Amino acid sequence: MSAVLFFVAAIGVISGAVGVVVLRNPFFSVLALVAHLVSLAVLFLLLRAEFVAAVQVVVYAGAVMVLYVFVVAYVGGEEDSIGERLRSGASVGSGLRLGGAILGGALLVELLIALLGTGLEATSGYGAGYVAGPKAYGTPAYIGNLLLTRFLLVFELASFLLLIAAVGGVVLARRRGGIGEDDEHETFVALDVLRPRGTGTMAEGVGVGNGRALRADSETAPVKTGAGRPS
Amino acid sequence: MSTTTYGWLVLAFPLLGTLITAFGYRVLPGRTAGWIGTAAIFLAFLAALGALISLQGHASEHRQIVSSLWSYASTVGIDAQMSILVDPLSVFMILVVSGVSTLIHLYSISYMDKDRGFVRYFSYLNFFVFSMLLLVLAGNFLLLIVGWAFVGAASYLLISFWYRRTTATKAGIKAFVINVVGDVGLVLGTYFVFKHTHTLDFLKSFHAAETGAFGHGTNEGDLVAGCILLLVGAFAKSAQIPLHTWLPDAMEGPTPVSSLIHAATMVTAGVYLIARMHPLFERAPAAQDVGAVVGAATLLVAGTIGLAQTDIKRVIAYSTMSQIGYMIMGVSVGAYAAGLFHLMTHAFFKALLFMAAGSLIGAMGGEQSLQKMGGFRKAMPFTYACFIIGGLALSGIPPFSGFFSKDEILLVTGERGGWHWILYVAGYIGAFLTAIYTFRMIFRAFHGEPVEQARELEGGHLYHAEVPTNPANGEVEDTDVGFPGPNHAIAERALPMRIAMGLLALGAVGAGLIQIPKVDFVVDDFLRPSFATSKLYEPHTKTGLLVVGLTLGTLIGLAGIALAYRIWIVGGRDAEGRFPVAVKIRERTRPLYELFVNKWYFDEAIDLLIVRPMAAAGAFARDTFERVFVDETIVGGTTGIVRAGSAAVRAAQSGFVRYYAALLVLGVAGVGFYFLLQA
Amino acid sequence: MSIAWYLAVSAIVFSLGAVGVMTRRNPLVVLLCLELMLNGGNLALIAFSRMWGNGDGQILAIVVMTVAACEVCIGLGMIVAIYRRQLPIDVDELRELQG
Repeated sequence: MSAVLFFVAAIGVISGAVGVVVLRNPFFSVLALVAHLVSLAVLFLLLRAEFVAAVQVVVYAGAVMVLYVFVVAYVGGEEDSIGERLRSGASVGSGLRLGGAILGGALLVELLIALLGTGLEATSGYGAGYVAGPKAYGTPAYIGNLLLTRFLLVFELASFLLLIAAVGGVVLARRRGGIGEDDEHETFVALDVLRPRGTGTMAEGVGVGNGRALRADSETAPVKTGAGRPS
Repeated sequence: MSTTTYGWLVLAFPLLGTLITAFGYRVLPGRTAGWIGTAAIFLAFLAALGALISLQGHASEHRQIVSSLWSYASTVGIDAQMSILVDPLSVFMILVVSGVSTLIHLYSISYMDKDRGFVRYFSYLNFFVFSMLLLVLAGNFLLLIVGWAFVGAASYLLISFWYRRTTATKAGIKAFVINVVGDVGLVLGTYFVFKHTHTLDFLKSFHAAETGAFGHGTNEGDLVAGCILLLVGAFAKSAQIPLHTWLPDAMEGPTPVSSLIHAATMVTAGVYLIARMHPLFERAPAAQDVGAVVGAATLLVAGTIGLAQTDIKRVIAYSTMSQIGYMIMGVSVGAYAAGLFHLMTHAFFKALLFMAAGSLIGAMGGEQSLQKMGGFRKAMPFTYACFIIGGLALSGIPPFSGFFSKDEILLVTGERGGWHWILYVAGYIGAFLTAIYTFRMIFRAFHGEPVEQARELEGGHLYHAEVPTNPANGEVEDTDVGFPGPNHAIAERALPMRIAMGLLALGAVGAGLIQIPKVDFVVDDFLRPSFATSKLYEPHTKTGLLVVGLTLGTLIGLAGIALAYRIWIVGGRDAEGRFPVAVKIRERTRPLYELFVNKWYFDEAIDLLIVRPMAAAGAFARDTFERVFVDETIVGGTTGIVRAGSAAVRAAQSGFVRYYAALLVLGVAGVGFYFLLQA
Repeated sequence: MSIAWYLAVSAIVFSLGAVGVMTRRNPLVVLLCLELMLNGGNLALIAFSRMWGNGDGQILAIVVMTVAACEVCIGLGMIVAIYRRQLPIDVDELRELQG
C-alpha cells in the first residue's frame, strides 16, 4: 500500500518539478510548484514526518506560494519558448541553455551514483517502527520538545532571521518618496539633532507637515531617483 | 659634579632650548622664545665654566676624560659609542662657542624682533649651537661626523632663513652642497684612519697611531691620504680655497647668523679638526704642508678680493676667510696654541664687526652696499666705536687682541724655518691687505658727507625704505610674508644689542692680555695636556725673531690704516661720490681689479668644471638609462603584467547571474566527483 | 520502500532545480527553481532523519523552510523594486555589476 502511495506522490513531485522548469508562463510555473509541494507533503507523511508535512502545506504551499502568486500577478513577464531562445543566439546567455541542461544532467548522474551506488546497503534496513503515543517520532509534541531543548538556539536564530527578512522586504519594496527626499528644503528642528535621519512620524515622512498632500494615487510613481533605462 | 657631567649638561641645555622653542612654536608669546634660547645657551656657558673649573682640578696628565652614555653598535670590530671627550681643547672650544653664542642670542632678540620667523630662528640657532658643541665635544669619529653634519644642516636652515628670497635659498643650497663635499672627505678620511687603528675612539686611535699603527716613519700612504681627506672636510667647513665659494653667498642669512656661524663658530670647525687630529697630522707632514699652503693661499686671495667688494657683509666675510686661513696655516705648522688663541680672539672681534655691521645695515634700512653709505660717524657713535675696536683688533694693532694672536702664529711659522719663510711673508702681506680693506670699509661708511639715511638718523628718525628690496639683487619683496621683519634695529636704540656688542668689545680689547709673549702663557699652559704628545707644540721663541715680528706686525698694520686713510679720507670724494684716488688706482690696475671683483673667477670655474659636466651626465642618464631601463622595463613591465592579468581575470566578471549559478553547480559537481573518486 | 527511493527522488528534484536556475531568464522563475532545490534538500533531510530515528533532520527541515521563506521575501521584494523602476525583468539584462 505504501509503495503505491509512494509512486503516486513521487510522480507528482517530479512532474511538478518538470513543470516549474519547462512552462513558459511564470504563473503556470507557480502552480506547478504548488502541486509539487503538496506531493512532497505526502512523501513526508510516508516518512513519518507528520508535523513537517503539515508545516509544508500550511506555510510553504499556503503562505509562500500565495506571496508568489501576488507578485507574479503584479510583475508578470512572459518568456519566449525554449526553442526560439536557443535558435536566436542574440542574447549571450542562449548558449547556457544547452550548457545548463548538460550540467544539470551531470549533477543528477553524479548524485544518483553517490546515493544509489555501493553505499546503498547502509541505508536499507533502517527506520523507526511505528510506535504510537503522544510523543512519538514525528508528532508535534516531539518536534516541539526538540525545538525547545536541543535546538533552542537554532529556534531563536530562525526567528531573528524572519524578523530581518520582514524588515528587509519592507525596505526593499517601499515606495520612494514616502519619507522626505534629501535635496528638499530641510526645516531644521532642534529634535532633528537628536533623531537620526529618516526617522519620524508617518505624517512628517509623507509630507503633510510641509504642506504637501498624502500620495493616494499613482502606483507607478515618477522615477525620481536615478535609475535610468539601460541601453 | 664630575667633569663629564658638565660636559653632558653643556650638550643638554641647547638641545632642550631647541625642543622647547620648536614645540612651543605657537604658544610662546612675543619675545619669550628669544629669552628661552638665550638662557639655554647661557646655562650651557655656565656648565662649560663648571667643566673648566672641574677639569683644572685634575692632575695635568689626567685631563683627557672620556664619558660614554651608551654603545650604539659594537660589532665587526667597530666600537661606536655615544661618548664625549672632555679635555682642555674641547673645554676651550665650548667656552668660546657658548660664550659668543650667548651674546649673539642676546643681540638677536633685538635684531629679529617683529620678524614672523622669530621663534623658528631661535629654535634653529639653538640647534646650531647644540650641533657645534656636539662636534667639539665628540669623543669619537662617529659623533664628530654626526656633529659635523648637523652643523651643516643648521647652517643651511639659517642661511635660507628668509626663504622667500630666491637668493637666500640658492645660497643655502650652495653652502649645503659644498659642505657635503667636505662631509664625504671627512668620512673617507675616517675610513682610512680606521683601517689601521681599528677603532673609532679618538684617544685610542691616537694612541694606536703613536705606537706604530701607521708604521714608524712618517708619511705612510694611507695616513697621508686620510689626512688629506680630513683636510678636504676642514676646507669645506672653513671655507678655504677651493671650497670657499659658499661663504660670501652665505651672507644672505640674517646678520647675527653670519656673526655666529660664519665668523665665530662653524667655520672654525676645520681648525678644531686639524688641532684635534694633530697626532695623525704630525705623522703625515705632507698633509700638514698641504694645509699650510692652502691656508696661506686663502688668506692672500681672500684679502685681495676683500679690497674690491662693495657689500659690507661680504667684505667682512672675506676677511673671515682670510683670518681662518691664518688659523689653518697656524695649526698646520704646529702652532696649535697660537692658532686656537687666534680662533678665540677672532671670534670676539669678528662677531663684534658683524654685529656692528648689522646695526649699520639697520640704520640704512636694509641696504648693504658700501657705495650708498657714508658719514654715519655722528649719527651712530656706539656702532662707530665698535667698528673701530673690531677693525683695530682685526688689523693687528697692539694692544688689541688680534695683534697678539696673529703675530704669534706668524712667529711660530717663521721659526719652523725652511720654506715656511714664504708663508711668513705671505702672512704679513695678508696683514697689510687686511688693514687696508678693513679701514676702507670703516672710512667709507662712517666718514665723509652723511648720506640721506645718516642725516635722518641725526635728526632722530630711523630711515625706512618705502619699497622693501632684496639687498643682494635689488628685487622688490613681498611684505605680506612677514619676514624680514619691518623692524630695523640699531645698537644705539636697543639695549640687548649694546650689551652684547659691549661685552665683545671688551673681549676684543682685553683678550690679548692672556697670552702676551714672554709674559704670560695662559692659553699655552691650558692647552698643553691636549697636545702632550705633540713634537711641535712648544714654540722656541727666539727673542730676535720675536722683536722683529712684533714690530713688523705693528708697522704693517699701521701702514695699512694710513694707506686707507690716504685714499678714502684725504683723497676726498668727487662730484659723483667716488673716490678719485681709488678710481685712479683702479684704472691703472684694471686687469687685477677685474680679477678681484670677480672673486678670482672661482664661481665660474667651478660651474664650468664641475656643475655643467654633472648636469650633462645627469641629463644623459635620465634620457637613456632611466627612461629605457627603469621606466619602461621595470616599472612599465610590472604594471603591464598586472594589467594583463587583471584583464584576464576581469573577463570572468560578466555580470550574468546564470553564469555564476552555472559555476556554482559546476563547483558542486566537481567536489562531489572528487569525493566519489575517493570512495 | 527503502530510503534509497526517496533519496533518488530528492536527487532528481535537486538537479531539475539546478537546471532551472541556470536556464530560465525570468528572475521569478529562477527563484522558484531555487525553491525546488531547497525542497529536494528537505526531502533528503527527512529521509535520513527517518533512517536514523531521531528528529534532527525534521528540525533542520523546518529551519530550511524558514530560511526559504525569508529568502523568498527578500527576493520578491527586490523584483518588485526592479519592476517599479521600469527595468526589464530579465537576469540577462540586469548585469550592471560586471567587471
